[in-house]
Amino acid sequence: MLSTQAIPQSWGRYPRVKPARVVPIYWRDQVPDLQTLPGPLLAYGYGRSYGDSCLNENGTVLAVSHLRRFLAFDEEQGLLRCEAGVSLAEILDLIVPRGWFLPVSPGTKFVSVGGAIANDIHGKNHHKAGTFGCHVTRFELLRSNGERLICSPTENRELFEATIGGLGLTGLILWAEFRLKRIHNPYIDMERIRYDSLEEFMELCAESDEQYEYTVAWVDCLASGSKLGRGIFMRGNHNESPEYARKPLPRKLPLAVPVDLPSFTLNTLTLKIFNTLYDHSQLQKRVFKVIPYEPFFYPLDSIHDWNRMYGRRGFFQYQCVVPYEQGYDVMKEILQRISRSGQGSFLAVLKKFGEVRSPGLLSFPRPGLTLALDFANQGPKTLRLFDELDALVRESGGALYPAKDARMHGEDFKRFFPRWQEFMRYVDPKFSSSFWRRMALVPAREQSTAVEV
Amino acid sequence: MALQKVVIVGATSAIAYEAAQCMAAQGAELFLVGRNPAKLETIAADLKVRGAQRVETFLLDVNEVARHQAMLDAAVAAFGWLDGLLIAHGTLGDQRKCELSVEETLREFQTNALSVIALLTLAANYFEQRGRGCIAVLSSVAGDRGRPSNYVYGAAKGAVSIFLQGLRARLAKHGVAVVTIKPGLVDTPMTAHLRKGLLFSSARRVGRGVYRAMQQGRPVVYLPGYWRLIMLVIRLIPERVFQRLSL
Repeated sequence: MLSTQAIPQSWGRYPRVKPARVVPIYWRDQVPDLQTLPGPLLAYGYGRSYGDSCLNENGTVLAVSHLRRFLAFDEEQGLLRCEAGVSLAEILDLIVPRGWFLPVSPGTKFVSVGGAIANDIHGKNHHKAGTFGCHVTRFELLRSNGERLICSPTENRELFEATIGGLGLTGLILWAEFRLKRIHNPYIDMERIRYDSLEEFMELCAESDEQYEYTVAWVDCLASGSKLGRGIFMRGNHNESPEYARKPLPRKLPLAVPVDLPSFTLNTLTLKIFNTLYDHSQLQKRVFKVIPYEPFFYPLDSIHDWNRMYGRRGFFQYQCVVPYEQGYDVMKEILQRISRSGQGSFLAVLKKFGEVRSPGLLSFPRPGLTLALDFANQGPKTLRLFDELDALVRESGGALYPAKDARMHGEDFKRFFPRWQEFMRYVDPKFSSSFWRRMALVPAREQSTAVEV
Repeated sequence: MALQKVVIVGATSAIAYEAAQCMAAQGAELFLVGRNPAKLETIAADLKVRGAQRVETFLLDVNEVARHQAMLDAAVAAFGWLDGLLIAHGTLGDQRKCELSVEETLREFQTNALSVIALLTLAANYFEQRGRGCIAVLSSVAGDRGRPSNYVYGAAKGAVSIFLQGLRARLAKHGVAVVTIKPGLVDTPMTAHLRKGLLFSSARRVGRGVYRAMQQGRPVVYLPGYWRLIMLVIRLIPERVFQRLSL
């Protein structure tokens, strides 16, 4: 568990920067006066953003992990209200036994609700449900001038839209309310399909998107030529049989990585996992299974602190989205470059985003193909590869995901998030992050109209 | 032991809140006592969501000893009877200020020792008469040996520990468990100003330990358990050597 005065880090453990101070927030009604705290300010939950969007070098970090109380749970309507520091893990523990589920689940359940909103997170059901922000009904935002504002699609709408995906820059989220999804039991009907090329991936998406709530693929990044993009496609739906409602979930054995490992170990591990799955399913192209929700949604959560497998230098994650129109060709090119460089993690995650629009001004997901993978930090060599990939993403009209980023360029950010000038009107003057300062955005003069917030 | 109807004094403290969550998850009825109405309401709403069958709140400054009986009566009136009492309030005063002020020292003692002893005196009679139940109190490892850095706090906690030791022997004959809880260094608002080293543990871990100890009716519990060993070593250091250590 995070000690309040442990030095806040991001999940990629790069860059290694320190805030000037960490101020723990214990109670919603006893937040220290933000005006008198030395700035810049930034909220910090569990440090699951990969790069520097959750870091605030030489600034003041507002640690919200103690704001973890529930306010209300309407079990008829499936409406949950809780403080911003509540983790999705804690929410699942509460709601799953009562027949409810998160509307959107990211790849780890150890994120805070505040972070889920600030990064407008997405999951395997993006093609059906959109982002987390699509399900938020309202939240309370504390601005540095002391104002406490309830924001919703009808009240303070501009701030509502700026805060969803707003990277924590619009103020401090104190609590939020969002809609849950009905389930019959904690199990998932999962199908795993081995596929041999990117074309086949596209066909599987087309075939599955309508009938499956969750779809995602693991891609073998070493494959090239006609095998390029080969991997394992996973699709699933919540199980609905009453039989599984009575079946107790298996007990979990917590594993942890207690020390920093040399960085080759993670690739060795993922290689093993993949080979096992791939070879195993050689026998059958399709494997059908009913499995508990946790291994389906959060396979890596069972290994605590897996990020330490990348060693002390930390790692990057590269997540981009490229629009459908050019999606196939660009993705092919991106995979080829990664494969040739030999730098990427062995496994990448590939997913087709859907058309559901998020209310967020800076929301990352948009219709297209998204690819995410890890890169051990090998210094300039790695950064050069990213610059190459950036060019492809840029030309296709795609974007990079700030929550995963530690190195994108400010000029690209402007292209990826065309509403950035509009967004800047709602940034709290006292809030900032290492990421935000790195972007160094300056709005054009003629655009800076009067601020009404 | 069933912990279905429990009074928690100092309910807004981090450790008590964690223990209360465990009780709430079992559908307990909880009677929360504290000074700050807004905090009490926050905790009460949370515990209801987490499954508590019923949550009542009672405003009390524990140093108003004259109101202790009224508080206990209100709890019994609300729930019919009580299975458990958890006393978790306390302040970690400034040792240096205490050294310079008699008033400050006595105030620390009042809050951390006398108010607890007063409450225990009344509660003991209730549970003795009822012939079952569990009384648990958050003492501290600081009460195991006086140290220059916090002997006022330590002496108050030590007094509570000794009081509980005697009470345990008295009530054991009547089927009532008395649990002395000695947390080590815990990451809570009370220790927010301290630098967190390796020996700090989370309020969650300690709170769950409190709940288990109450369920099992254990006599003396160190939380986390390794503090039993640490304190054993600390108690064994000869006084002449101890004086030279800066602890």
